[in-house]
Amino acid sequence: MSPVAVQSVTTPGGLLLVLSVLLPFAGVLIGLVLGASSARRIALVTLVVGLGIAIGIAAAWLQSGATVVYLLGGWAPPLGIALRADDLSVVMLMAVAVVIVGIGIYARADFPASPGAPEARAPFTFWLLLLAVWGSLNLVFVSGDLFTLYVALELLTFAAVPLVCLDGRGETLRAALRYLLFALCGSLLYLLGAVLIYGAYGTLDIAQLAAAVQPGPVTWTVLALMTGGLLAKTALFPLHIWLPPAHAGAPAAASAILSALVIKGSWFLVVRLWFDVMPGVVTLPAAQLLGGLGATAIVVGSIVALRQVRLKLLVAYSTMAQIGYLFLMFPLAFDAGSNTLAHGSALHGGLLQAVSHATAKASMFMAAGLIYAALGHDRIADMAGVARALPITVLAFGLSGIALMGVLPSGAYLAKKLLLEAADGSGQWWWTIVLQGGAAFTAAYVVLVLVSVLRRRPAPVPVVKQVSRLSEYAALALAVSSLLLALAALGPLPSTLLSNPLVPGELLTTVLVILGGALLAQGLAQRPLLGSGQSATSSAGGPLRRAVLSVGVAFEQMDDFVRRWSVASLSLLTLALLFGGLLKFGATT
Amino acid sequence: MTLFTLFGLCAALLVGLGLFGLMVNPHPLRKILAFNVLGTGVFLLFGAIAQRGAAAGMGGDPVPQALLITGIVVAFSATALAVALLQRLFDVTGTATLANDAPAQVSVNPGEE
Repeated sequence: MSPVAVQSVTTPGGLLLVLSVLLPFAGVLIGLVLGASSARRIALVTLVVGLGIAIGIAAAWLQSGATVVYLLGGWAPPLGIALRADDLSVVMLMAVAVVIVGIGIYARADFPASPGAPEARAPFTFWLLLLAVWGSLNLVFVSGDLFTLYVALELLTFAAVPLVCLDGRGETLRAALRYLLFALCGSLLYLLGAVLIYGAYGTLDIAQLAAAVQPGPVTWTVLALMTGGLLAKTALFPLHIWLPPAHAGAPAAASAILSALVIKGSWFLVVRLWFDVMPGVVTLPAAQLLGGLGATAIVVGSIVALRQVRLKLLVAYSTMAQIGYLFLMFPLAFDAGSNTLAHGSALHGGLLQAVSHATAKASMFMAAGLIYAALGHDRIADMAGVARALPITVLAFGLSGIALMGVLPSGAYLAKKLLLEAADGSGQWWWTIVLQGGAAFTAAYVVLVLVSVLRRRPAPVPVVKQVSRLSEYAALALAVSSLLLALAALGPLPSTLLSNPLVPGELLTTVLVILGGALLAQGLAQRPLLGSGQSATSSAGGPLRRAVLSVGVAFEQMDDFVRRWSVASLSLLTLALLFGGLLKFGATT
Repeated sequence: MTLFTLFGLCAALLVGLGLFGLMVNPHPLRKILAFNVLGTGVFLLFGAIAQRGAAAGMGGDPVPQALLITGIVVAFSATALAVALLQRLFDVTGTATLANDAPAQVSVNPGEE
């Protein structure tokens, strides 16, 4: 069992990988020593330097055209630990660096440096945790072995949990504790998997494992346990027990970190496991199950999002739906010929989806936070006139919504195109429906909010607090970068993917998606989209509207049921069992 | 029964107990304890694997032992964080329940009215 052609030497630029992890944590420590008065300055300096390091890694990777490797202490695996940055890592490193810098600029005004004041603790904690999240994410992206990944994941959770309860209110503390306990449950399942695979193969190094693993009882169990645990941390339906209260209760900048970045860490690990560690162990039914969970997440998350009366909860549930999107690529990437998961257009599509979601969702949470700060509330129904008061914020919200929908030109559009292509290529037509329908669902809640904020209002909307212009531009910049992602991604991808947006076929799809979304919003929202003042419950409406409304209520109740602790933990075990069964019996011989 | 099987079975038992505890105990402190039981099961299994994988003339495979120490530190920090959060929750609200199941519904999920 000799590891094949695994690079076991440090390559040029390898040291940058260490720095990308070390720098944010060094920032945390220095900030901790120097105290609240200088935490913000240290964080902002670290952000700039860290962005430079990420660019440096990307440059080193582009220059050599191969994986960037660093062996810690010069010890080669399996005894030592390797850090590696391949194409997936480089893309995620860059995306996270850009989003983190955007969030840092946005949060400057929210979390000022005010030495001495008792409320200075929240800004102090925020800036240090921002750096800690970044360092942990970078470690997730570059670590080359399963145990380092476990440590990275735990660090990520430890950094993310306090972000939920920065304001120290009882409900956010409860949300944070729920998040922590459920995430710990997931991470121990992951660790159990790591222990079992070490017992069978004597190494935890990803490259060595990839060369060695064979389908069998051990690998089936390991993949099932690890996948289950990671899904609990990613909050894929039905394991989203902690997501809505945690993401909706945190301050806007923290929500943006949690929603745009933190869930990508464990998602990335699922991708690593399925595509890089055990592509040969994966079976088509198991991949279909993962995709199916994603599709359910899209439907349930979007419908419950439409039922929300508060903007931040709406955005939180839309995150739940968008997480579903990230898992659609798994069945599409399955190569029936070789019975493995293949690196191909589906994976590129999924990765692009993750990056465009990271930028757009961060921007959306920022916009929601600005609206909340300016109005002093975030009731969607009372947002008439906001567009006039906060034009840049509303523009950012609209653009990030368009980016999430996958309408031309945006990164998500290109991602959808790649996934559709893969669906056609593998004959899995049902995913085409999910992809197009999902876009309509996204359109539904974006349209719902936009119609509400664009509505005229006789008197100017009462603004309780002037929001920072810089924060508004930060939100807008991230939304625009999500839109422009398509152009950046076209470098490595064939340019035939991007067609003229005004071609009848393209235009028709776009119009259909938005129309479908408007219809959904009209039917499912608590207040009809075009109705004026009266609430839905008082106006009877036609029988159709009542029927559709009751569907919405049913989904809401189902979501409540699924998010009970006992149900969620049972689902976690059931899913792990199901994955195990599908891996064992699903192989086509 | 070899020593490895014995320890393996004990580990499986602990993991099962821990998972059961995490699922059925409503009180957060008991969940934290269950998490530690579950963790101990995983660590015991790792220790057993280290002993089984020992090279000739060695007491055990050193790699799992190094990882074990790290794992214990991580589990310890997790427990500390969870207990601190729980203590804070109790200080602020006067109760220590996680439930959004019945009574605290509104406060946990402000979207429903």
